[in-house]
Amino acid sequence: MSPVVKTCGIAAILVVAVLVLAPVMALLAQAETGGWAVAAWPAIRFTLLQASLSALISVVLAIPLARALMRRQFWGRGLMISLLGAPFLLPSIVAVLGLLAIWGRSGVVSDILATVGLGPLDIYGLKGVLLAHVFFNLPLATRMLLQGWQAVPSEHFRLAAQLALAPRARFALLEMPVLRGAVPSALLVIFMLSMSSFAVALALGGGPKASTIELAIYQALRFEFDLAAAAQLAIVQLLVGLSAAALAFHFGRAVRFGGGLGAPFQNWDSRRWPRWLDGLVLITAAVFVGLPLAAILLKGVAGLALGLPAGLPLAWAISLLVALVSTTVALALALALAFFITASQRGDRIELFTLLLLATSPFVIGTGLFILINPVASPFSLALPITALVNAALSLPIMLRIIRPALERVNADYGVLAEGLGMAGRARFRLLTLPQIRPELGFATGLAAALSMGDLGVITLFAPSDMQTLPLLMYRQMGSYRMDAAAGSALILVASSFALFYIFDKGGRDAGTG
Amino acid sequence: MLELDNLRITQDDFSLTADMVVPQGATTAILGPSGGGKSTFLLALAGFVPTTGSLRWQGRDISAHLPAERPVSMLFQEHNLFPHLSIAPNVGLGLRADLNLTKAEKTAVEAALKRVGLGGRGADLPRQLSGGERQRVALARALLRNKPLWLLDEPFAALGPALRRDMLTLLEEIRAEQQATVLLVTHAPDDARAIAQNCVFVDNGRATPPVETETFFRQPTPAFKAYLGV
Repeated sequence: MSPVVKTCGIAAILVVAVLVLAPVMALLAQAETGGWAVAAWPAIRFTLLQASLSALISVVLAIPLARALMRRQFWGRGLMISLLGAPFLLPSIVAVLGLLAIWGRSGVVSDILATVGLGPLDIYGLKGVLLAHVFFNLPLATRMLLQGWQAVPSEHFRLAAQLALAPRARFALLEMPVLRGAVPSALLVIFMLSMSSFAVALALGGGPKASTIELAIYQALRFEFDLAAAAQLAIVQLLVGLSAAALAFHFGRAVRFGGGLGAPFQNWDSRRWPRWLDGLVLITAAVFVGLPLAAILLKGVAGLALGLPAGLPLAWAISLLVALVSTTVALALALALAFFITASQRGDRIELFTLLLLATSPFVIGTGLFILINPVASPFSLALPITALVNAALSLPIMLRIIRPALERVNADYGVLAEGLGMAGRARFRLLTLPQIRPELGFATGLAAALSMGDLGVITLFAPSDMQTLPLLMYRQMGSYRMDAAAGSALILVASSFALFYIFDKGGRDAGTG
Repeated sequence: MLELDNLRITQDDFSLTADMVVPQGATTAILGPSGGGKSTFLLALAGFVPTTGSLRWQGRDISAHLPAERPVSMLFQEHNLFPHLSIAPNVGLGLRADLNLTKAEKTAVEAALKRVGLGGRGADLPRQLSGGERQRVALARALLRNKPLWLLDEPFAALGPALRRDMLTLLEEIRAEQQATVLLVTHAPDDARAIAQNCVFVDNGRATPPVETETFFRQPTPAFKAYLGV
């Protein structure tokens, strides 16, 4: 291992460890100062309930959808797969707005129901949280299952067709192994995402019956200023998150972000399953995912036609700045860690260590930082640097998961050749590694920038009332029922997130020869 | 002169011993069944697999040297070129690993490409070349690196018979010009007969010392007979 890789790698591990452990220490110290609050129980119960149900519903619905996508060749299949990628990049608060436009009290569905004399829908509480989480995670689960199926060699499908396997045997031989591999990790990933999806709980949950742990932390910090209660809740969140992360790690490392899902499968058994049923599944899914997206676009255009909402340009600039700073920090850390992990013989353990550290939800880190900073300075004055730092921690595991396999691939394919030619250090990075991992680097950077741009999380703990990022501005507009303004902000926000992703991803894919 | 003195290659549960002197300025074919360790043998000589015992080049022990420090150029069956670099820089890497080439060096690159019949193709990307042409590029690089020992791991196995014969002829011509020592792993006895002066047989954890090709085929060992299926 070169000294540069070693120094940077160890430095990055230390940064991550301090970034995570210092806040956790602060939480532990603070939690001691108050008696254990019984009030936390409903929040814990609701968090576990909604996260489990979100995972279960998303995965159960994803199975028929993935199977339909797998075996049918139809016009718009590529578009549909792209559509399934959209919710992952969509800022949660924007998605909530889109869902409200369809399923809310004055949404499209309620309007239709009113014509036949039925009362309006109410999507606040558990129903709404589940709806939003399924909207986000059904596409994610579907893509994970599709990736699993794509790993089956086409020879196996041909063999099954030749042998004219009965449906049950076919299921047992071909589909079951894929599901056994993909379903547990899909369940756990969605459980973790749903557990720490603060913006959804903030916008659609609330009240004693539908409050998540993170929401309770937010209330304890912002409204009651009860640091001990916040710290206790954060520790609970941390423990649940760590357990889920450890299980996810155990159940497989199959989680890939992105990757081509282009070609449909060669499939000779599709006649056994009624065509119309697959069609119904596909159309329902397209409508379920597509309608809120369309609503965001239409309402956003209408909202912007009324003029630019007050405060939007400044909030946009702040969000962009935070996104770029956090992405830079995350990229530097991810590169240092990825190189170190790839070169180290104990790479897997180091990766596990960093991923587990980072499984602490950003909200937990934010709470700890709040408690840490509170005695020395006003946490509110440090809102932006802290948001950028926590967003970087949020993106780091995703980036690491994308960059490390790319590095390993380069080393496996060209390591021997490069060593034989004496390519080392900077020359090797410039001439071999960088051009080879550019696509993954661009993709990972684009994801990090888009996620940070759209994030509505720790900023809510820290932001003073006169300062806001674009998602926070949007949330505040929704809170004061300025829905046109919120719709306009949502469109700008989602366009900016997608543009950031597109610019970085494209920059990575455009071939540059050294 | 390359001397292998009680050389032992161990990797996981595989091990191979070799005790031989490789004839200098000649081509030695390495034959043997799949999985017998032919490729590992070459990788060990190139410094990619750890060895015990001694490995001497011109009397100097090189067994502790890094791959880039050894007097060795290696050619693989594929992946010899970096796909994102065009042909000229791929060859130029043979002169400078950081590609800061002088004018004279660039001229040398073009000359090497010309020698393998690819003059004027320097700006093409590897994917624009056929499989045979790509291997010619790799040969051009080996030519420029000017290392005395060439290790070739089935470099022409994926080519058709006529093309393969052409490549073998080109290889033997260039080897003779350079006075290089070539070790060529192949699973085709015909290749060995076409250009190799000597043959080594690798099987059962042992690499036999080189035998003159004609003798090797005229008086085959039982193991070689079994391999040929005769």
